[in-house]
Amino acid sequence: MSVPDAVAAVMFAAVILYSVFGGADFGSGVWDLTAGNARKGAPTRRLIDHAIGPVWEANHVWLIFVLVFLWTGFPSAFSAIMRTLAIPFWLAGLGIVARGAAFAFRKYSPTLRWAQVTGVIFASASLVTPFFLGTIAGGIASGRVPATGTGDKQEAWLNPTSLLAGVLATATCTYLAGVLLTADAERLGYHDLVAELRRKSLIGGAITGAVVLAGIPILLTDSPTLADGLLGRALPLAAGSGLAGVITMVELYRGRPRRARIVAALAVALVVAGWGAAQYPWVLVDQLTVSEAAGANAALVGLLVASGLAAVLVLPPLIYLLTLADSNRVGTATVDG
Amino acid sequence: MVGVANLLNTTATTAPDALLPARTQMAISLGWHIIVACFGMAWPAMIFVLHRKGLNGDDVALELAKRWSKVAAVLFAIGAVSGTILSFELGLLWPGLMDAYGDVVGLAFALEGISFFTEAIFLGIYVYGWGRLPARWHSLMLLPIMAAGVVGSFMVISVNAWMNAPTGFDLVMNDAGQMVPTNIDPLAAIFNSAVWLQFAHMYLAAVMVVGFSVAAVYAMGLLKGRRDRVHQLGLLVSLAFVAVATPIQPVVGHFAGQRLADEQPIKLAAMEGLAETTDAARLEVGGYWNGEELVGAIEIPVDGLLSFLSTNDFDATVIGLDAVDPDERPPVAVVHTAYTIMIGIGSALVGLIAWAGWLWRRNRDALFTSKPFLWALVASGPAAVLAMETGWVTTEVGRQPWIVHGLMRTTDAVTDASYIWITLTVLVVVYAGMTAGAIAVIRSMSKRWREGETDLASPYGPSLDERSGHRSEVKAVVSAVDRPGIQP
Repeated sequence: MSVPDAVAAVMFAAVILYSVFGGADFGSGVWDLTAGNARKGAPTRRLIDHAIGPVWEANHVWLIFVLVFLWTGFPSAFSAIMRTLAIPFWLAGLGIVARGAAFAFRKYSPTLRWAQVTGVIFASASLVTPFFLGTIAGGIASGRVPATGTGDKQEAWLNPTSLLAGVLATATCTYLAGVLLTADAERLGYHDLVAELRRKSLIGGAITGAVVLAGIPILLTDSPTLADGLLGRALPLAAGSGLAGVITMVELYRGRPRRARIVAALAVALVVAGWGAAQYPWVLVDQLTVSEAAGANAALVGLLVASGLAAVLVLPPLIYLLTLADSNRVGTATVDG
Repeated sequence: MVGVANLLNTTATTAPDALLPARTQMAISLGWHIIVACFGMAWPAMIFVLHRKGLNGDDVALELAKRWSKVAAVLFAIGAVSGTILSFELGLLWPGLMDAYGDVVGLAFALEGISFFTEAIFLGIYVYGWGRLPARWHSLMLLPIMAAGVVGSFMVISVNAWMNAPTGFDLVMNDAGQMVPTNIDPLAAIFNSAVWLQFAHMYLAAVMVVGFSVAAVYAMGLLKGRRDRVHQLGLLVSLAFVAVATPIQPVVGHFAGQRLADEQPIKLAAMEGLAETTDAARLEVGGYWNGEELVGAIEIPVDGLLSFLSTNDFDATVIGLDAVDPDERPPVAVVHTAYTIMIGIGSALVGLIAWAGWLWRRNRDALFTSKPFLWALVASGPAAVLAMETGWVTTEVGRQPWIVHGLMRTTDAVTDASYIWITLTVLVVVYAGMTAGAIAVIRSMSKRWREGETDLASPYGPSLDERSGHRSEVKAVVSAVDRPGIQP
């Protein structure tokens, strides 16, 4: 494996982690949006506060890593993406600011009205942001970002593949978050909530599966290079993702959400990994390969060293935080002390 | 090699349409983020002092640490999202910079990312760990937050310092006839000649912004007659930090200025308003730049004082603006005015610390009772923020027309997008809303603390338990009725 390939692999690992952790985070916002009025939705919203409160900022650092890896490892690809896909990036940025700030403000809301206003901002921004991020992925994967100059700024994100990827991103985030929240509710012993979330998550899973099936002809016609990869090198990953998605549904249906959440996260990770494998060796599909786009070797080596450092310095405390959050030793469900 | 690059890159072009809105947007989003970033850099250390004091049996200190950590969580959240926007903007507003130099400065950003991650993780553990983690262990969670704040800000400052003192690469002509950075040395780029002084200057500024802002809040409380120990301790701890930082700041600033004399003399000339290259130059203070010369400044009647301050030699030549063509000069009026404000406020804050020291020696209680002193402290918070912002305006505008000093013009880095006025407008509206939201939330937190609440239950209630959940919801409805004044 060449140095640029290694950097691309690490970068894509960050994309996968962002899809799982950031995705669960965005998806929680969708459940917040659909939880109902203040009284009816209160248990769900408290559960969401509890589930993502301690971890949401950390969940979004993966995105920063992806961007830094892109501009350091593949500077020309980064500036090409930013030139051509500027509009969905601005919209996603707006969504990230709105949902993060509103979520933080809601936690310490002085009044119910405040909580409702900030809650609606948080939840609706959570719904649309993964869509915009998905359209960015679709623009790159369907070969609409030229290596030099600026592509068609509208068509680059308003095209069949982008719209599919946007809808799929939102649906996947929602489904994943639904499974995680169901598991959380079960662990905390809120049985009414478990039943409700389980039912809704199953519906969400069915919708996600339908989107995937509907997407196959779209990809075949609109993104031949990606489709070739998905049916070729990436087929095991794509098939594995589908299988994991089905197992998630089965486990959820049988009332084992703790198991379902692991398979659900696996399904998301595999589908994103499948995209990466299908797209390789292109960093901008049909336009620029990983090795062509690679920046200076010293910078790439620096990135790999930094990734090693991150693995040692960041992963253990991250796992500690996630374990604490999961074991209820941090969070807001008991006493907000 | 650099000389050739200069020739190739300095062809004067008309400014692209996006230049003004892009620079304005970058200035606003950075200027806004820096304030909250200061709290990430400097506040954890103050909280740590209180937390440790609290573990030694001081309940008020412990309560203050808890409150400050909750405010810090709110500030960290809006800092995280505004920081994310900055990473977007690097590419969306300045694609030319990132295309050419993304790999030169990338390592610093990667290390900053790791620091930010560490900060986010440990802040999550710390803020949500109250009452759940073993007490001493819990307080130690602040140490990685402090370390990450230092390392992360160092890395970001390093990139900015690199823009002032670009190094860590050679410019070589490629096959297409363009000058491209080659032989890249990312560590040399990080540890460029400007980084240490710029970082020290910024770190001290962060301590001053946070310390004076926090002191201002408690000074206001004391003036309103809240003479309890919470207010005294809050004031004392924040004041102790700025008492150390404030007197050191002018010294660091002085050496940073000497680096400018050496490496960016035109920026220094713009700051001082020196039109012509002068031997044994005198120092002029204040005044304003009318486009050609400094008007209304006070000249210090010591021959060679500016030369001495710039180079340690009274007879030295100080380079003036006339040393370069007009299209290589920054907007002097902006730079000189911003610089003058920064120096003025910085000097006043040193005086304020001297005043505090004098009161402290005479009678400790006077710190909490002297009305003129407390009012001065109230003013010191916004003043410190203004000094930091004008300092950033000085260094950023002073670097113009270059985005990378001597190598790349800002006009060559900016996006060709036609709609940046729109994103700028949206950003102003959103950030104004975020500012108002943060102020409203923090004020309401402080109000509820004063009313004796400790938990700050959200209106959705802290507990999923049916009974208590119901109760907190009812309470929230009641409080919504009770407090119409603070509804948005």
